[in-house]
Amino acid sequence: MIALLKKEMFNDRIREILSFVPSAIFPAIIFPAIFLDNSGDFQLENNPKIMASIIAMLIGIVSKNIIATIISGLASYWFLIFVV
Amino acid sequence: MNNKFRVFLKGIFDVSPLMIPVVPFGLIFGVLSIDIGFSPIETMGMSLIVFGGASQIILLQLFSGGASSLVIISSVGAVNSRHLLYGAVVSEHLSDLKLIWKIVISYFLVDQAFARSNEYFKKNKDTNKYFHLFGGGITCWVIWQTTTFLGIVLGAFIPEKLGLSFAVPLTFLALLVNDFRKLINVIVIIISGLVATFGFNYVPYKAYVIVAGVIALFTAAILTKLVKTNE
Repeated sequence: MIALLKKEMFNDRIREILSFVPSAIFPAIIFPAIFLDNSGDFQLENNPKIMASIIAMLIGIVSKNIIATIISGLASYWFLIFVV
Repeated sequence: MNNKFRVFLKGIFDVSPLMIPVVPFGLIFGVLSIDIGFSPIETMGMSLIVFGGASQIILLQLFSGGASSLVIISSVGAVNSRHLLYGAVVSEHLSDLKLIWKIVISYFLVDQAFARSNEYFKKNKDTNKYFHLFGGGITCWVIWQTTTFLGIVLGAFIPEKLGLSFAVPLTFLALLVNDFRKLINVIVIIISGLVATFGFNYVPYKAYVIVAGVIALFTAAILTKLVKTNE
């Protein structure tokens, strides 16, 4: 793309909107993977993924650390499945 | 030590700290790809050709959900649309390069290399500055291929009941940690998530990622406009 594009083709407005691409696309993967089961039905009760995701999100907001977010989410998920 | 090599090493040095969070992505990709049923060669091939963490994991997620090729290609394209921006931003610094080198260097223009080299380009005007992007890009490349390979090896030993597919939403959640503090981003995140969840069974061809992404991006455009008008 470097080869084909000139910087002038992107004004500040388009740049600003493109900066929202991760916030616009990633939740479309995150939410169904947490709230729906394998057949696409809502799974809101007895779903350890919801609590584990909330814990991971809170750890992520506080720590701003990618690895801490993933590990806290997996650890609390396993804790809820195997221990509780 | 000649200047080109020094700039190349500087690129490696600058990008290295950003490689720590890449490790779990590579491992998770390798493990899940084997879990879904891709062969080790196909898995390694994806990392060599696509060379993009989020796009490869989205590819696996959609493929395992039975999405069509067209939907997978357009979803991966949407995730990668930010690279248009990266290309446009660094192009002014690389205008002296021959076309073939521009094509080669664009392969290495991944998130972390872009972030570090763009900072370097702004501060340094020497003619060999693009070696910084090579250094950073090759570092990302080595880490991504190595962790994919380790994931492939590990994948054979990880029991299914660990529910490692849950690592997919977690890795994307982790990529959004800086956006949870900004109100417009939070609204965009919630809209995208709700549209995808409720559209999951109704949007044809499993195109819910694209539909949710487009609606959420329009929301972002409207909200940022509203904020500006009120200032």
